[in-house]
Amino acid sequence: MMMQAYLIQSVNLFASALLLLSFAMLSQRRILSLIHLFTLQGAALVAATVVVAYVTNQHHLYYSAAITLVTKVIVIPILLHRLIDRLNVKWDVETLINIPTTMLLGILLVVFAFNLALPIAKLSSSIVHSTLGIALACVLLSFMMMITRAKAVPQVIGFLSMENGLFFAATAATYGMPMVVEFGIAFDVLVGMFILGVFMFQIREQFDSLDIRHLEKLKED
Amino acid sequence: MEQLLLVLAVPLLGGFVLALCGHRDYAPEVNVGVSLGTLVAAGLLTARIIDRGPMLAFDDQFFVDPLNVFLIALTAFVGFTTSVFSRPYMRHERDCGKMTPGRMRLYHSMYQLFNFTMLVALSTNNLGILWVAMEAATLTTVLLVSVYRTAASLEAAWKYFILCGVGIAQALFGTILLYLAADKVIGAGGGALLWTNLEAVKAQLEPNVMALAFVFLLLGYGTKVGLVPVHNWLPDAHAEGPTPISAVLSGLLLNVALYAVLRCKMLTDGALGNHLAGHLMIGFGLLSVVAAAFFLSRQKDIKRMFAYSSIEHMGLMTFAFGLGGPIANFAGLLHMTVHSLIKSAIFFAVGHAAQSAGSQLMEKIRGLIKVNPMVGWGLLLGTLAILGMPPFGVFASEFLILTTAMRDLPWATPFLLLALGVAFASIFSRVQEMVFGDTDLKPLEHPPALLPVFVHLGLGLMLGVYIPPYLVDWYQQAAKMIGG
Repeated sequence: MMMQAYLIQSVNLFASALLLLSFAMLSQRRILSLIHLFTLQGAALVAATVVVAYVTNQHHLYYSAAITLVTKVIVIPILLHRLIDRLNVKWDVETLINIPTTMLLGILLVVFAFNLALPIAKLSSSIVHSTLGIALACVLLSFMMMITRAKAVPQVIGFLSMENGLFFAATAATYGMPMVVEFGIAFDVLVGMFILGVFMFQIREQFDSLDIRHLEKLKED
Repeated sequence: MEQLLLVLAVPLLGGFVLALCGHRDYAPEVNVGVSLGTLVAAGLLTARIIDRGPMLAFDDQFFVDPLNVFLIALTAFVGFTTSVFSRPYMRHERDCGKMTPGRMRLYHSMYQLFNFTMLVALSTNNLGILWVAMEAATLTTVLLVSVYRTAASLEAAWKYFILCGVGIAQALFGTILLYLAADKVIGAGGGALLWTNLEAVKAQLEPNVMALAFVFLLLGYGTKVGLVPVHNWLPDAHAEGPTPISAVLSGLLLNVALYAVLRCKMLTDGALGNHLAGHLMIGFGLLSVVAAAFFLSRQKDIKRMFAYSSIEHMGLMTFAFGLGGPIANFAGLLHMTVHSLIKSAIFFAVGHAAQSAGSQLMEKIRGLIKVNPMVGWGLLLGTLAILGMPPFGVFASEFLILTTAMRDLPWATPFLLLALGVAFASIFSRVQEMVFGDTDLKPLEHPPALLPVFVHLGLGLMLGVYIPPYLVDWYQQAAKMIGG
């Protein structure tokens, strides 16, 4: 019994790591560090999923954790590293973002997410339902990261990190989605990642840079 | 069962075959053949459903009922006619050097896979797989939008990918919440996301969770429907990609996304016992109709203008389904059918017109009736049809929607009439200049594919004058299922 309490506490710990890493990504200007943070976030997600799987004895969650481990911690970071190597943007620094304001807005988002998730989380029978708020906060923070970034690679990382938040939401609220759905989502994410890679080369070829501001010519008029 | 297997397997295998031989000279014919195969399979499936009623297949993972079988048939049909249109159109693009062999291969293969993902989305019984298929539909078309590799097309594809990706992520959160509500009633496991299981217990689903889930699902799938204010990707993607893709995006993908919203609405209505879902859809629908009408009056690019017109019509359908009840649902379904037929016909005509002018700018396209008379007539008649002129089908459905709105929601009617009026004035005056007027354009080198244009217009006309009894029956059954 004691053991179980500790384990549930450790899920909360990993959940807070997830949230902390979301904030770190929001304020990180260097692309290389951003990829490291993303990998760590994936690892935290895997750890949280494994502990939940062990405590609740839900075997399919182990598979879910394995899928996350393979895609988010191994394959996608490798692809991202190779991508920034080949595109030669490894040491790029983004100067545009205003860190203090983004952080403050981020905190407001977390408060909002917790308030929104609280009544829903109470209805869930999951033992870690209180972390649903954290999951929603991660989703919203990644969303904000995508809005504030002007470069292609950080936007993509924001997108992938949003997927992390969603997976954690599924684990926290319902012990994961049905297996076939999780496979489908992982497949979509991988294919999407591949297409984005192709796409970035196309953008670079066209504009000689990965700055999204080149992509704001089509206006609604 | 076998029919459904065929409907899904033919485009999937076709996609793989075309990935190998899509750059050859005969590839467009193979593409047409595969689409014809899909159409035949869809016809068999439809006959089976009319004959023996709804069916579950493959371990309950797939489900076909009157609502989705009609969309499956429509998707297969428009998929087929678009492949016929794409044959001369893409040959012309290749001859002008816009398409390399590699790009042709990508185009043909992805065209079939795109059809496959839409058919999976329509026939699946699992709301999680529905999400996966919708996302896959974006993935298959994103590289097609950027296939010309121009600055504008890359921008359009990037926006398409990111905005739809973010949108669809909201829908995934909605699906998670739905699963949370479901596993309390049905119990965990694969069964809890099956639509047929959910439909049976929808009254017991937790209302608060379902309300929040529906908000996320509507925002998410609504992005793909092109509802204002989450529509920004749509005009760009329609304008910059190859025209056959604009036709299937507008005529089919938007319908499939709206279908996803409808399935979720049916569950939410059952759980909440009030009209929250309907009211949300009315709000978004009305906003889309009005905003799109004003946006489209300011366009210079012909494909962008008709893309905004698609937003307007999708808004009108969302509004109709939001009103609910047998008449509005019937009108919504009819509007889905005729919009899909007529809008793709317009895009076919527009594609040929833009090829003959060498530009998509409306000021460059002049005097079509002199150089390519049939293309000119196709565009003119298509425009009259989409603007709601009797006796075309759009008139019938818009008339039904407006009269229901007058009865149930009188304050909304002036807005709808104003928007339809603005759209009419701005589209018709421009199309008139393009069709008539003096010109120095040359006729098209490849004979244009006019059969699809006039077949679609003919069907649109028929649906305005006479709807075959089995189709009426079918619409009524589907309208009753949607309820509301």
